[in-house]
Amino acid sequence: MNVVFVLLLVAALVAAAVRGDVKAVGTGALEGAGNAVTLAIGLIGVMSLWLGLLKIAEKSGLVDKLARAARPIFRPLFRDVPDGHPAVSAMLLNIAANMLGLGNAATPFGIKAMEELEKLNPHPGTATNAQALFVAINTASLQLVPTTVIALRAAAHSSDPAGILLPTLAATACSLTVGIVSAKLLERVVR
Amino acid sequence: MTFRQFLESGSNWALAGILVGIPLYGWLKGVKVYEAFVEGAKEGFQVAVRIIPFLVAILAAVGAFRAAGAMDALARILAPLTSRFGLPPEVVPMAIVRPLSGGGALGILGSIFSTPGLGPDSYAGRLASVLQGSTETTFYVLSVYCGSVGIVRYRHALAAGLCADGAGLVASIVIARLVWG
Repeated sequence: MNVVFVLLLVAALVAAAVRGDVKAVGTGALEGAGNAVTLAIGLIGVMSLWLGLLKIAEKSGLVDKLARAARPIFRPLFRDVPDGHPAVSAMLLNIAANMLGLGNAATPFGIKAMEELEKLNPHPGTATNAQALFVAINTASLQLVPTTVIALRAAAHSSDPAGILLPTLAATACSLTVGIVSAKLLERVVR
Repeated sequence: MTFRQFLESGSNWALAGILVGIPLYGWLKGVKVYEAFVEGAKEGFQVAVRIIPFLVAILAAVGAFRAAGAMDALARILAPLTSRFGLPPEVVPMAIVRPLSGGGALGILGSIFSTPGLGPDSYAGRLASVLQGSTETTFYVLSVYCGSVGIVRYRHALAAGLCADGAGLVASIVIARLVWG
């Protein structure tokens, strides 16, 4: 991450100097910083709503039921996470919300999952294998139906707005598989 | 009802079903649903505030990178190379932006759709659509998820995420060439 951070900034300065518009570096960074806060503040309401619902689901035993149902799928992937751990159900809810395209529900569930996984973390501040794998799964777009893209295509008068559905699913399957496999392989080498 | 309307109404029903179903289920199970909701919702604010520094770091760097024109310069350099592999020059900026900025990628997608001679049914338009749907804003996901629990050492999470994006890109091109090439 350190390399990426420096690389982005240095590339920005070089490109701006070449174009003779160094001011853009400062304005771009400030604008990005402002957007970050707007984004985070915008999350408060949605986050509170879903975390509230999640607490109800926890207390009513729904979360435990989900954790048990998801065991066969998660067991081989997340060996370090004990059976029935609340992290399992949070991860399942996150993945289900992602698949349904409920992006604003997926994020709070994902964060909850990270918090639960952090409780199993012997080195706080450093990602565990389970956390890295979970994040990698989330970086493959899991959405079954890319509704935003289909809506944009329809708005642009496509003759076949949903025609990209199956190709997208196939490509998603590839990125998900590679994400999982590379996380599993890299966890052995990266400390 | 068209296919698209069907899909949209499915998504809306799923959302409404969960919003109403969870409290109803809890209530039937004898949970004090209102108290439980408020107790859970309390955490929302702290979580949102906790991820701010992580988001500021990545979005400020990406903001500078884009505003300075580094993104466009990179796209111009790569375009002649990538067109040989079935990645048209118009889609190159999108491939670069996708892991960095979700809004930015959607903007590029929209501009491909509205460019005369391209549009949503062109090869570039279809490829960009598949690319948008099969990859994710990796840096955003990483900063939000890791930031929420104060993780600063991502270990292999970033590499695995970028591998997934790379695979999504390659798969999108291969599939687009097979189906529409």
